Amino acid sequence: MEGANGGGKSAATQGGSKATDLSASNTFLFSLKTLKLKTKQQELLIRVSILCLVYILAFITRLFSVLRYESMIHEFDPYFNYRTTLFLTQKGFYEFWNWFDSESWYPLGRIIGGTLYPGLMVTAALIYWSLRFLRFAVHIREVCVLTAPFFASNTTIVAYFFGKELWDSGAGLVAAALIAICPGYISRSVAGSYDNEGVAIFALLLTFYLFVKAVNTGSLAWALASAFGYFYMVSAWGGYVFIINLIPLYVLVLLITGRYSMRLYVAYNCMYVLGMLLAMQIRFVGFQHVQSGEHMAAMGVFFLMQVFYFLDWVKYQLNDPRLFEAFLRITVTCAVGVGALALGVGTASGYISPWTGRFYSLLDPTYAKDHIPIIASVSEHQPTAWSSFMFDFHILLFLFPAGLYFCFQRLSDATIFIVMYGLTSMYFAGVMVRLILVATPAVCLISAIAVSATIKNLTQLVRAKSKVAHTGTGKGTSGTKASSKASRDQSLPFQRNGAIALLLGAFYLLSRYATHCTWVTSEAYSSPSIVLAARGAYGNRVIFDDYREAYFWLRQNTPQDAKIMSWWDYGYQITAMGNRTVIVDNNTWNNTHIATVGRAMSSYEDEAYEIMRSLDVDYVLVVFGGVTGYSSDDINKFLWMVRIGGGVFPVIKEPDYLVNGEYRVDKGAAPKMLNCLIRSSCQKEQLEDEYKLSYYRFGELTTEYGKPPG
Amino acid sequence: MEALPRLRLALVLSAVICFSLLERSSALSSQDLQIVNAERRVSFSFLICTYIISHNVSPSQFKPGIVENIGTPPASEILLAFPPTQVDHLALVKAAVTAGKRKKKSYSPLDVKPKEVFDAPNGAKYFTISLLNPLKVGESVTLEVLYTLTHSLEPFPLEISQSESQLVYYHDSAIILSPYHIKQQITFVKTPSTKVESFTRVDPTDRAGTELKYGPYEDRPPYSFSPTIIHFENNNPFAVVEELVREVEISHWGSLQITEHYTLVHAGARHKGVFSRVEYQSRPSFSGVSSFKHLLAKLPPRVHSVYYRDEIGNISSSHLRTDSRKSELEIEPRYPLFGGWKATFVIGYGLPLPDFLFESSDGMRYLNFSFGCPLAETVVDKLTIKVVLPEGSKKPYAVVPFPVEQHLETSYSYLDVVGRTVVVLEKKNVVPEHNSPFQLKSLDTQGQIPEHVLAHVARCAPITLLLNSIEQSSFKFIASPIRHDVFITLSSANNVSPMPQTSVSFVVAP
Repeated sequence: MEGANGGGKSAATQGGSKATDLSASNTFLFSLKTLKLKTKQQELLIRVSILCLVYILAFITRLFSVLRYESMIHEFDPYFNYRTTLFLTQKGFYEFWNWFDSESWYPLGRIIGGTLYPGLMVTAALIYWSLRFLRFAVHIREVCVLTAPFFASNTTIVAYFFGKELWDSGAGLVAAALIAICPGYISRSVAGSYDNEGVAIFALLLTFYLFVKAVNTGSLAWALASAFGYFYMVSAWGGYVFIINLIPLYVLVLLITGRYSMRLYVAYNCMYVLGMLLAMQIRFVGFQHVQSGEHMAAMGVFFLMQVFYFLDWVKYQLNDPRLFEAFLRITVTCAVGVGALALGVGTASGYISPWTGRFYSLLDPTYAKDHIPIIASVSEHQPTAWSSFMFDFHILLFLFPAGLYFCFQRLSDATIFIVMYGLTSMYFAGVMVRLILVATPAVCLISAIAVSATIKNLTQLVRAKSKVAHTGTGKGTSGTKASSKASRDQSLPFQRNGAIALLLGAFYLLSRYATHCTWVTSEAYSSPSIVLAARGAYGNRVIFDDYREAYFWLRQNTPQDAKIMSWWDYGYQITAMGNRTVIVDNNTWNNTHIATVGRAMSSYEDEAYEIMRSLDVDYVLVVFGGVTGYSSDDINKFLWMVRIGGGVFPVIKEPDYLVNGEYRVDKGAAPKMLNCLIRSSCQKEQLEDEYKLSYYRFGELTTEYGKPPG
Repeated sequence: MEALPRLRLALVLSAVICFSLLERSSALSSQDLQIVNAERRVSFSFLICTYIISHNVSPSQFKPGIVENIGTPPASEILLAFPPTQVDHLALVKAAVTAGKRKKKSYSPLDVKPKEVFDAPNGAKYFTISLLNPLKVGESVTLEVLYTLTHSLEPFPLEISQSESQLVYYHDSAIILSPYHIKQQITFVKTPSTKVESFTRVDPTDRAGTELKYGPYEDRPPYSFSPTIIHFENNNPFAVVEELVREVEISHWGSLQITEHYTLVHAGARHKGVFSRVEYQSRPSFSGVSSFKHLLAKLPPRVHSVYYRDEIGNISSSHLRTDSRKSELEIEPRYPLFGGWKATFVIGYGLPLPDFLFESSDGMRYLNFSFGCPLAETVVDKLTIKVVLPEGSKKPYAVVPFPVEQHLETSYSYLDVVGRTVVVLEKKNVVPEHNSPFQLKSLDTQGQIPEHVLAHVARCAPITLLLNSIEQSSFKFIASPIRHDVFITLSSANNVSPMPQTSVSFVVAP
């Protein structure tokens, strides 16, 4: 296994640096001259082979988790996706679409077909069915595990074309290489991370690329393709809201900066109208495009475009500029007035729903903490620390401003788009950790522009020098030339050496980037988080498989209709691996229900007993990591249970569980804390005879019990 | 030759009965034969009971004074009787004639078949043992019979908590049920520990250490019965595989892929109350004594690519030890199994095909593979073996040393067009004694390349070429080379064994 890792690492390093080397300069072309290909063919060959290498690299660098652990689904949400995909492949699309799941949110249930983005499941199922058709007897799990790496590979191709569209093919190649191994993206697309984002980043970048292409060409076909890309994105991830707000914003900026053109008109209108109609086919999205506040910007810009077009036409008709100005004033006032009125009436009458809490929390980072504890309680919704920017982007963080500089230097419709994409997504990345993912493609593209432009300039300097030197020695006799050359040499005595030094520095940085990415992937982002691994005292590998042990026990040894109460984090895993009904799960759609569970967890035993009776609970699953030092256990999450419970039931007060504003679970803990259910169930062994707590709530405790604590 | 002693060791409950038979007529009526001396030994390690009856001419037990009948033809069959409750749990009956004494003792196995007798008293069920040499009047024979019963220990109390040990009931008769008059008999019952709560006394009854002795009883008429109950401690793991499906897939690439799907259950006294891991790990000698967490699977040598997983992923707690003669896979279920708890898992491994597949000069192929469950000391309630043959094999037939249900299926795997022929063998109540080899044969399809193969060639030529080269001849499976005795049993037990001689020669060749 070590050998495999080492191989992967060296491959990644080589691939990364090679790709950047080759893409940036033509210096390697001479080695292919023996093949007697024309220069263009040679370039094409190199480009295609680099792309192939990057494609493979993007796939294999995500396989660390499979090599280290096994081919398994990671984390929490992917288990839901896996379960639904399994259902889809077993029962067919119509059953899936109309699926009412009684196993979650007991006793409410959940309409799965109408409350999920089916893109990921349908994609995996299609891959599965096509492989089956070709007589490859693969298991659906393998397909699910490898879906994210496969789409990451596809993303590199899109990044190449996007980079080519933005700058040149060199930038495209660098962008492909950068995004292939960028940790910000790998964090959500390693093998086994079967989540919406894995597919959605591909769809996001594809939509953007196709839209930029449509704006650049004014072609209806590209706009149509972009609409379909948008449709795929909508079907895959709730992050489509970013697209439907960024593109209107971009169009608005173009309008304001006077870059309005027919190309833009065609691209936006086609994309918006078709995209909207297509998106309405997704049940979860439905009529939101015309009814929700988050989508109103796009509609406003759509109407604004019509006004612009109309004005253009009127301007063409009216030759008198003064008359036109008057007309313009009236029209703009009217349009704005009508728009504002429509929005006001729509909002007041409730036809247009206001912005959701999640949307607010994006615009105002402190909003969630004050108003929606359930969002704030998720660690990936926390504001991003600087270290995680550095961790996920490494040198891209420095290349990003440089890329912006180059973009501004050569401003076009396309570069304006990438600048806007980069800036907005960077802001969102700062608000929420998980949104680093959305920023990653933009950062990679802009950095690629910086790298490509810098290296191109430097190599031109180096090559120009050598060419001059070459011609100088070759001809040598022309006095004027020699003198001019000499003067140039004297004017920039260290230019060539400086350029070489800078080139070497750039390559060093890029190779550091490749090393860093590989290290981060192998160390930080390839853990399934279901299975924990540690090093034993003798360097041997110790595996803690207690989660699956508990889930499998539930699956095998509890009645088929048993109801399991646990904190919502484990809901998806219990339904997928334990195959039992849960009270709440990771689809946090009903805050009251979660608050009830939080209240049960934080009440005294007898009260908790009553609450659980009312919820028809048979088993309670509590995770305690005290013995192995596993920090993400329920004691750690307990304050959130209190906060969420207290948000709905004022009986639960956070200060009751704190001592002098401190959270303690030891002897000095607050009296209420000492007696509440979760603590007693963690310390004692059973809650009530009738309520058999899951025998495995001590999962963490038990495996290592023989070891001295610490 | 070693079969019988090995069986006796492995079995939980075994009874050895020595008969001396005196024959008066050829009819099987009980009056004509007489058991001179019977000895039965019962031992428990878990839920299985096995009974062996062997018949041998034994001069030492010959009592000329009793043999007086004249003029009746010799008896060639001997009847065994079982109470109806035991027959349902009967997993195996084996009989052998023994000759010689102690260390020089030799066994010659005999054929045992169930027999329908309509006027049987109290619904007793019969098996007949066919003697090699008919027993003439005045002669006697010593038989050893081994039979195994499964699920005949009944936990009482039905539910125990984590700290209690498990007590079971064993129901039997102090007197051997037999259609013959028994002159003298004795029964030894060996309990796993010295802790015996209670036992029925049928004088003379004696208890010493772990052994209970019923008898000797003199001159008991046919069908005598005297029910006994023994209540004793038994903390042996009651590991029962409710269902085992073994898929044996013959790969085109020179490997034999075995996948075994287990549904394991602890069939002992049900677990009551909570389970405390702390208690379980800190005081292993008091806590959960009747539970088990280790299982040992004995796999063939040169095993490779072993995996152990379940529906939700790999189970990391397993160890594999291999040497040149055997492989041992020690597995732990995800959690220790207490009474009534279940666990399902899958064990899979690959084996080099040349070790098991042999080819004869006429192009026939034979595969020897073991029947039965690789897990040591377990009972399998229902065993299904599926042998997946390469595409194109026709009319395969399995030969197994004991009666099994057999039918054919079709399965599809990688790049299959017409599907692979699957031979399905099913047997209920399988005990470790069933771990004997079986044989399968099929018709030769050489020269008949069907159209689908041509279509296949068109679709994926390279793979088809590979497949075809392997598929050209049919497959045959044959009894194992190491077990001549089993093969003989096999040929007589199974109605069809078309070419025993040739098959034996194939076996010996490799």
